[in-house]
Amino acid sequence: MDPECSKLLPALCAVLADPRQPVADDTCLEKLLDWFKTVTEAGSSVLLLQENPCLVELLFQVLKPQDLSSGVLSFSLRLAGILAAQENCFQYLQQGELLRGLFGESGPLGRAAWTAPTVRSGWIQGLRSLAQHPSALHFLVGCGALGTIFSLQGDPSLFVASAAGQLLAHVLALCMRGQAEEHPGPQASDWPTCAQQIVDHVEESLRSADSPQVTQALNVLSTTFGHCHSPWTQALWVRLSPLVACLLEKDPVPAAHSLVDLLLSAARSPVLSADCGLWETLAQTLSHLSCTQAGPLALGVLKLQACPQTLRAQAFGVLLQPLACVLEAAAQAPGLPGLPAGTTGDSVVVDTLLSSKSACVGLLCQTLAHVELLQPMPQRPSPWPQAPLLGAAVAVLRFCNGSAAPTSDVGGRLCVILVGCVRVQRAALDFLGTLAQGLGPQELVTQVLAVLLEYLKSPDSSPTVLKKAFQAALRWLRSSPKPSGCCDMDPHSQQFLRELLPVLQKRLCSPCWEVRDSGLEFLTQLTRRWGGQAGFRHTLLASEVPELAEQLLRDPESYVRASAVNAMGQLSSQGLRATSASPEYPGGQQKSLLLDLLHILSADSEGFPRRAVMQVFTEWLRDGHAEVAEDPEQFVARVLQVASQDLDWEVRAQGLELALVFLAQTLGQPASYCPCTMAPPEVAPPGRLAQALQALCRVRLFEFAFRALFDCDRPVAQKSCDLLLFLRARAAPCGNPQDAGSSPNVASAEAALQRWRAGQQGQPQEDLEPEAVMAVLRSVDLEGLRGALAESSDHVEKSPRSLLQDMLATVGTLVENEADCY
Amino acid sequence: MKLYCLSGHPTLPCNVLKFKSTTIMLDCGLDMTSTLNFLPLPLVQSPRLSNLPGWSLKDGNVFLDKTELIDLSTVDVILISNYHCMMALPYVTEHTGFTGTVYATEPTVQIGRLLMEELVNFIERVPKAQSASLWKNKDIQRLLPSPLKDAVDVSTWRRCYTMQEVNSALSKIQLVGYSQKIELFGAVQVTPLSSGYALGSSNWIIQSHYEKVSYVSGSSLLTTHPQPMDQASLKNSDVLVLTGLTQIPTANPDGMVGEFCSNLALTVRNGGNVLVPCYPSGVIYDLLECLYQYIDSAGLSSIPFYFISPVANSSLEFSQIFAEWLCHNKQTKVYLPEPPFPHAELIQTNKLKHYPSIHGDFSNDFRQPCVVFTGHPSLRFGDVVHFMELWGKSSLNTVIFTEPDFSYLEALAPYQPLAMKCIYCPIDTRLNFIQVSKLLKEVQPLHVVCPEQYTQPPPAQSHRTDLMIDCQPPPVSYRRAEVLTLPFKRRYEKIEIMPELADSLVPMEIKPGISLATVSAVLHTKDNKHVLQPPPRPAQPTGGKKRKRASDDIPDCKVLKPLLSGSIPVEQFVQTLEKHGFSDIKVEDTTKGHIVLLQEAETLIQIEEDSTHIICDNDEVLRVRLRDLVLRFLQKF
Repeated sequence: MDPECSKLLPALCAVLADPRQPVADDTCLEKLLDWFKTVTEAGSSVLLLQENPCLVELLFQVLKPQDLSSGVLSFSLRLAGILAAQENCFQYLQQGELLRGLFGESGPLGRAAWTAPTVRSGWIQGLRSLAQHPSALHFLVGCGALGTIFSLQGDPSLFVASAAGQLLAHVLALCMRGQAEEHPGPQASDWPTCAQQIVDHVEESLRSADSPQVTQALNVLSTTFGHCHSPWTQALWVRLSPLVACLLEKDPVPAAHSLVDLLLSAARSPVLSADCGLWETLAQTLSHLSCTQAGPLALGVLKLQACPQTLRAQAFGVLLQPLACVLEAAAQAPGLPGLPAGTTGDSVVVDTLLSSKSACVGLLCQTLAHVELLQPMPQRPSPWPQAPLLGAAVAVLRFCNGSAAPTSDVGGRLCVILVGCVRVQRAALDFLGTLAQGLGPQELVTQVLAVLLEYLKSPDSSPTVLKKAFQAALRWLRSSPKPSGCCDMDPHSQQFLRELLPVLQKRLCSPCWEVRDSGLEFLTQLTRRWGGQAGFRHTLLASEVPELAEQLLRDPESYVRASAVNAMGQLSSQGLRATSASPEYPGGQQKSLLLDLLHILSADSEGFPRRAVMQVFTEWLRDGHAEVAEDPEQFVARVLQVASQDLDWEVRAQGLELALVFLAQTLGQPASYCPCTMAPPEVAPPGRLAQALQALCRVRLFEFAFRALFDCDRPVAQKSCDLLLFLRARAAPCGNPQDAGSSPNVASAEAALQRWRAGQQGQPQEDLEPEAVMAVLRSVDLEGLRGALAESSDHVEKSPRSLLQDMLATVGTLVENEADCY
Repeated sequence: MKLYCLSGHPTLPCNVLKFKSTTIMLDCGLDMTSTLNFLPLPLVQSPRLSNLPGWSLKDGNVFLDKTELIDLSTVDVILISNYHCMMALPYVTEHTGFTGTVYATEPTVQIGRLLMEELVNFIERVPKAQSASLWKNKDIQRLLPSPLKDAVDVSTWRRCYTMQEVNSALSKIQLVGYSQKIELFGAVQVTPLSSGYALGSSNWIIQSHYEKVSYVSGSSLLTTHPQPMDQASLKNSDVLVLTGLTQIPTANPDGMVGEFCSNLALTVRNGGNVLVPCYPSGVIYDLLECLYQYIDSAGLSSIPFYFISPVANSSLEFSQIFAEWLCHNKQTKVYLPEPPFPHAELIQTNKLKHYPSIHGDFSNDFRQPCVVFTGHPSLRFGDVVHFMELWGKSSLNTVIFTEPDFSYLEALAPYQPLAMKCIYCPIDTRLNFIQVSKLLKEVQPLHVVCPEQYTQPPPAQSHRTDLMIDCQPPPVSYRRAEVLTLPFKRRYEKIEIMPELADSLVPMEIKPGISLATVSAVLHTKDNKHVLQPPPRPAQPTGGKKRKRASDDIPDCKVLKPLLSGSIPVEQFVQTLEKHGFSDIKVEDTTKGHIVLLQEAETLIQIEEDSTHIICDNDEVLRVRLRDLVLRFLQKF
């Protein structure tokens, strides 16, 4: 330990042990514990205690019946546990019966302080840290801690209860550690006493009629099978599985949620999966649990890497049941073509669906989310019933918007329950979007697009539903097959688009800003993907959408303006602005979008639109947008000038991004301008370099970069540092430092640098010369700066010494304040 | 208790409730859909309309939906729930012998007057040189082209009332405030409650001492401008008459307002004009408020909004002065002080302008593109006819229907072919079926009575069983011209006892907590109030001739037999009989009680729940003996 800290420690311990000096901030104690943990992990705890006797004194203070705050009490218990984790230190502390005093019945356990959950939690965590060696086990059994831990499983504080369960699992694993080689049989007599006690307790709990107690037992077992994969766990399973199976005979099955967790953690254990009994229990459970409870289990089974095919089929069937019911209810004719054999609309599931609105909504949302999770997985069932799933998604969506006309009684009632239900609509649209990764029969795809269009058209669709509908539509458009021989959209998608654009047009005029925003986002993505294709271009230009998007640049909502900037940037890149192709407006009359965006960059009061403009500009520069290509230097100069004044650091950082693109283009090597790459960048030929540097000076890029170097926002400074390092590497051999050092310009550049460093910004600067810039570049310790910037901003304040000082300081002020009161 | 259903239109109800001795008319809505059978009445001579083949301008009139189910002169009071439901008032109160009172809130009357004034103005400003009515003859009517020949009950269609009739009808109205209790002839009490649908709109409670009927008509739970709906007071009703639900249950008003704004903006941005056929009060306030927030965001600040109606000015101003009838938000603005509705600001900033008609100032100010709000939503009369003719030819323009009362396709029929775009955004803030089901769950009436349309899904969407009233017991439905006997019987009546009479009573406790006393008194009934008064002293024998007549009226005060109560335990009774020397006793159980057979005495004692008979053959002594034994088991008082 740092000697400085050692010096501070006695004072701190004295403060902690003094009940008159309360510690105001619990987080300090947490940090202190973290520090002790690192210290003990690095060295001997006994040594630590011998060097700092104040620590043991502190622990002894706790033993005295006095009114220590519950925070300090909890801290001491945890500290003792951390120290006693090393067996020799455990013995050291035991010499004074200290541990028995802390964790035994004479300690806080018997005192009024025990009513505070923090103390109980500290007690458990202390034991958890301590239980690392055989001596600890003896101690646990000897001081009767097991009984307390058992009772804490039912603690009113959920944190305490859960920690108690985990501690039991940990102690069990510790008991059995020594036995690992011997492979104990399932007979109780073979097990160590402590383990036997725990297992007996678990068995008793499993037999209990009290559901919370069953839950506790199941949680202990889940933790055990989840964390410990030793052979003995198999014996444990063999011993307990009959009791677990008994739970299934009860109606309703108690603690079903925890039971599912247990079975899944057992099934995932590499030691157990060879055991056939497990698969049978899983199969039984799948058929016994209610459909809502069985869903998570079925998903878990399907996610397993190795599992019998029959069980997988059963699980998939269970998972799909609610959707099968919906399909059956929506079907005009009986029969469910395409679903895996055995998947039928079970009457119990139907009853659940129709029992109440909340049950129906919950079950459907859960099922849709589960199947959605399964869809992209490699181990998903094969063949994947894409067509029936599509049908089910469409059916759910039609029930939800009231457009279904079911003939069956169940269908009619489902319709009543689901109509207008936003939650199911959102889940089903997400699901439908995911299904776009697979194909489907054209007839169904047509239905999908039709139902999406219905949702997009409906005035009743809520903004969130609309957003999901837009996303799903985009995914389906993306997945549509390309007609052979051309890269345009297929005719169905084209037709869809023709019907969609009038809707989009209306949505862009919606009074609800969320709707306008998602409409614009959709437009941006649509244009990015198909902007180059004739069919799309023609349809888009025939609509009023581009014009409306441009008008939204002046929307009162900043998010919408930002989205409009992105959309217009994209439209403009693809030459899809409203009037550009129209013969009514000759080219010269069209207002420049560049000027519009520059205006937003300099005048918009909100950050989002300005950031969006910078992104669009960077993209334009990178892609050689026509308006930019006319005079890139002037463009960059203007943008950097505006960006450098911006108060939003993200705008300034994006400005550096743009500068980097320009730099790379000017130096003529756009391929590898990433400054992070370790390979030395190609050095530019001197003549060309000089020209490039001239250009960079003309756009005042250096001023921008140097100023950013001392930006008060760290990411900006870091980015600038990277940019300058990159430049220096490119221009390394150019010029001679001694030559340039004498130039008067260098002095002025350095003076400017000094001023920026001192925080005096915004003063007019003289033009910088390339030579001066290079000289400055070489003179600044950019690497050092980069290292300093890479440290987190509180690295100075994070040391343990600072923590101790802080704690002492706050105590001091507390005392002073108290004195003031008199 | 009976309900006479005079209207089959669920949102324009007209029912008559006979309750105790009163005859109460609940609303008198005017179904104007029959106007759709007529040609529009243009303000300016329209060559197109007058030259339509097979059509000629006939009398542009309205129509009353009513049968001779009940003599209107017997109606004691009319309760009005909102201004849309009083449009037939002059037809009911004038020339019918009606002598009763009409109850309505002040905003209802004032805005109702505006609606009527506008209607009369629209009709009267294009006077007809001649009127035809012979065609109403059934034999002629069937020769007319469809759909006119299929129209039902054309004989009941009537000319529009005059302003004079309107004024006379309105003079019969007595103003009431929410929660005010109004006694009707001492028999029932009626109370208006806020219904949340429109300014001053109300539901009504009609109650006697032991019965409560609630009349719910045109209510809304949405937070628009009016005071919120008072649901709590509807609890514990025996009967809840439920009318005036939303006409468009599938359209959510919020979504429709969004649709309205989007379409409006799209049209105006392209240089087109927007026409909104509407009533001069109601939803228009909400639309203006919504546009107030929307126009700046949509960049429409420079677009003029015109509101043209003979009552436009009054409507806009009235809305601002009924602060106590507004929702809380708007009420608090008044104390700031600010006008409760933002249309005041629209007018101040010249964004909204209002005119009594298209003549005069309007033609000077008129600028396009613009948005025009004007009536009538049927497109058959009013200034809207002019704008339809003016703008119908251009596809840049749009007509947006927001009022759900008329089928927009039928309304547009005489203007076809039409190039202008038509958008249907019906905004109906009245209760939908989900809200109704919640309301019924909360209010728990014993019986629900509603128009038959609400008991089945809409014909076009027969699978939507969510679009009907679902409650237990199932609602009692009515259709036009039906008389319903309401499904509950009056069983109690409250009678007061004079204090001196009450003093003389000597109650006897017959069961713990239940005491009885006999009363001899005179029942005095006046103004539907019943009072028990002490019986007059026996007539003075010295009374003169004059008094004699009075003493005739005094009921005979016979010596009353004591009243009996209690039940006879058969086993104990038999034991008692045996003790008193009766033998050979047989007991038979019957459905109503027991028969005790005294075989020896050839006597039979029938013991039933509410009577005991001793049947013996002419042996009076035995009968009296047995009677006394029976009486031992009963209490006398």
